[in-house]
Parts: sequence; C-alpha cells; structure tokens
Amino acid sequence: MMKKLITGIGAGLVDASRSAVELWLVYVGTIAGIVRGRRGGRPKGEIMRQMYAIGNRSLIFIVVTLGFIGMVMTYEACLQLQRVGIADYSQVGMQYIKLIVTDFGPTLTAMMLATRVGAGIAAEIGSMKVTEQVDALRMSGVLPIDYLIVPRFLASLVMTLVLTTIGGSVMYAAGGLTAQYSFGVNPSLFFDLHLLRSRHLILMLVKAVSYGAAIPVVAGFCGLRARGSSEGVGWATTAAVIGSSFAVIVLDFVISAAALFVTGGDL
Amino acid sequence: MTWIGTWLRNIGAGALRVADEVGGILLLTWMVLRALIPPKIDWRELVKNLYKMGNRSVPIVVLTAFFAGGLMTLQTGPFVKKFGAQALAGWGAGYAVLREIGPILIALMFSGRVGANNTAELSTMTVTEQLDGLRALAIDPVRFLVVPRVISMIVMLVALTVIGDLVALTGASIVGRAMLDIEWATMFHSFADNLKPYDFLHGVYKSIAFGGAIAVTSCYFGVTVRGGAVGVGKAVNAAVVAAAVSIMLLDFFLTYTTG
Repeated sequence: MMKKLITGIGAGLVDASRSAVELWLVYVGTIAGIVRGRRGGRPKGEIMRQMYAIGNRSLIFIVVTLGFIGMVMTYEACLQLQRVGIADYSQVGMQYIKLIVTDFGPTLTAMMLATRVGAGIAAEIGSMKVTEQVDALRMSGVLPIDYLIVPRFLASLVMTLVLTTIGGSVMYAAGGLTAQYSFGVNPSLFFDLHLLRSRHLILMLVKAVSYGAAIPVVAGFCGLRARGSSEGVGWATTAAVIGSSFAVIVLDFVISAAALFVTGGDL
Repeated sequence: MTWIGTWLRNIGAGALRVADEVGGILLLTWMVLRALIPPKIDWRELVKNLYKMGNRSVPIVVLTAFFAGGLMTLQTGPFVKKFGAQALAGWGAGYAVLREIGPILIALMFSGRVGANNTAELSTMTVTEQLDGLRALAIDPVRFLVVPRVISMIVMLVALTVIGDLVALTGASIVGRAMLDIEWATMFHSFADNLKPYDFLHGVYKSIAFGGAIAVTSCYFGVTVRGGAVGVGKAVNAAVVAAAVSIMLLDFFLTYTTG
C-alpha cells in the first residue's frame, strides 16, 4: 500500500515535470518562431484571421459577462456599505475604477477568454492532431508551432489587450448605472478618475499582455498533445480550459504581489 | 447595400442559434425534472459520478481557492500599508471571497474541469452512437446518463464551494501574514466580527444554481453533438462558453433578488 502510494506520487511528479518541460519548449519555440520572423508556410493574412476569431468573435461574450459581473460588484459593495451604516457612497466609484484597472478588468476578461479562446484553440489544433494534419505539416517541412501557434499567439497578445480595455469600460459603465439606479449615487460622483495613476495603467498592461501570451501557449500545447480520436480532442479541450484559467490565476497572484513589493505598498 | 443585408442576416442567424440553444437547454432541464418524478435513479452511476466529479476535483479547487483568497488580501494591501487599517483586511477579503469571488471562480474551474469533461464524454458516446444503442435497449438516456450527472454536479459543486471557502480564508490569512504582516489573530477577529453567516450561505446557494446550470448546459451540448472529432471539440467549446455566460447571469439575478 505504501509502495503504491509512493509510486503514485512519483509518477505524478515525473508526469508533471515532463509536461512543464514540454510546455516550456512550446513557449520557447513560439518566441523563436517570432524572432526568426519566418512565415513558416502560413497563408497570407493568417494573423488577421486569428485576430478576428479571437477578438471580434469574443466581443459579445466578453461584454455580456463582464457587464453583469460589473453590476454585481457595485451592488455588493454598496449593499455592504449600507449594511454597516455608512450611507456615503462617494468612495465607491473611485475605488471601483482602481480595482477594475489593476485587477478585475484584465483578470476577469482573461478568465473568460481562457474558457472561450483557450477551448477554441485546443479544439481546433487537437482535431488537426488526431486527424494527422499536424504530422502532414511536419512532413512538408513546416514546424507546427510556426504554422499554428505563432499566429494565434500574436493575435491573442493584441486582442487580449483590446478586449481588456473594452471589458473594463463595460464593467465600469454597468457599475455606474447600477449604483445610480439601485442606490441613487450621482454619476458625476461615481465616474471620478482622480485616484487613477499611470502605474495602475502600466499594471493593467503588464497583466493583459502576460495573460494574452499565456492562454494560446497553454491551449496550443494541450491541443498538440491530443491523442486518439474524438475522446482525445475532448480531453485536450478540457485540459486547455483548466490549464489556461489556472495560469491566469497564478499569473495574477504573482504579478499583483510583485507590484505591491515594487511600489512598496503604495499602489 | 449588400453588406447591410449580410450584416442583418448574420445578426438574425446568430439570434436564431442562441434561441435554439436556450430552448434546447430549457427543454433538457424540463426532461431532467420530469425524470425525477418518481425518483428512479441509477445509484451505481450516481456514486461513480459523485466520486469522479467531486473527489477528483478537490486539488484544482483547493489551489484555485487558495490563490483567490490570497489575491483578495493583496487587493486590500494598499489600504493596509497606507492607513494601517489591518482590521479591515479580513472584512474586505472575506466578504469578496464568500459572496462573489469564491463561488464564481470555483464554479468556473468546475465548469472547466467537470463540465467540459462531461461534455467530452457524452459527446464521444453520442458520435459513437452509444446513445442510440441505449435507446434500442429501451433505456432512456436522460434517466440513465443525464440525471445522475446533474445531481452529482449540484451536490459536488456545493461541497467543493464549502471546502473552497475555508481554503480561501486560510489563503487570505497566510498571504496577509506573509506579505502584509497582519497577525493571525487580527485576521481571525476581522473575519469573525464582520462576516455574517448569511454571507457564507449566500455563496453556497449561488453554487447550487451554478452547479445546475453547468450540469444542464454541459449535458445538452454533449447529447446534441454532430460529426466526429471536430464536432466533439466544438461541443466542449460551446459548453464552457454557455456555462460561463449562465454563471454570470445567474449570479446577477441571485444577487439582485436576494441581496
């Protein structure tokens, strides 16, 4: 029994470290592919097509989900203030936009993109893998990473930033409307930007770019690992959703902690 | 003028597709509810699913909850450092974790791990015509496959949310101690003084709704899949997107109606 437990843990560790190395290789391969700047047999306009698939096609999804969560967050915050007996909502809007810019905007957008885009990338690449199209690419002297992951990586870098900006604005607007209609907060009091500093925007930029880089690499890695047939594609897609969401949460934690140390707590 | 026509047609097609899917999901919900009366449940299938969906999701939920709790403490960091408002860190972090961030993040991870997995499994069964096989044996696929999954997901998401809340508060305390120098006792009193039992219950009954939504959407996209491996990938993708949207919508309505 003891032996079984130890072999189980050992097998898990070996498996995890092997996956980590493979993931790292996919990441390095992607960066190398960009640096080399070779097209790698991609058809013209592939990056644009990926930007459309990742950005435009996610727009409604992002607007709906972030709009609703924006309403909920303001509602909860005002409700809590009301319950404590501070009927002074003048701070809510100012703190809210700061939280959106430094954390909730990029992170929640990226969580949503991890489900939609991450699953999409893994499903697409996974189906190509199990139908041996990836092997066909390799046979014709094209690196699958150059052909499949590099365009998605570049498109995701740009589009995550764009969608973060849109999603954050929608959250802010939805929050302001909720505060006005449910708690009678004056919009001119709510939409007050004077607590916002350029370091908050830099933090948002760093977060959005990191998430945008992480999602396609993790999802593409899961897709390239797909094996078997339809079942394998399903597994790969599941792993991509979990992996990229978890990557977003961990990156958020690391970057937030680093930002707190760099600014000495005066964020 | 042709682009206006294309544009309108695309909007219309999109609206019809969404209406089709929402209708299908509601119809499946109705079939599940009807199959519960009288409650003839396949116990073996239920226990198998409870184990597979609950026990095996504990690691990912624990990790997510730990980081979520830590993150919420980090967000209160500037206040704590600037104003020395250490007693408020637990209030902010605990309130956010118990009512919103905990249930939502755990539900999203659950949807990714269990919901997507469930869609993958059911859709593989569908494309390999195993559902038709069940029908040919006069076994109702909804009663045999869908109902146990729906029950397991609701039960297990609630259980995981309760575990996750505890882990998240622990994570909040650990991060507070390690990075913001907040004493354990200060953090504990901050939780105990400012959080009400209702805050905890609010998160827990939200997770009942989230579990139901994840279960029904993932089963719907699993049983309606078409066409081989490509179809399975697309079904899983559609299922996680639908689950995420329904989690956000339900969260809004539950918060708004029950506060």
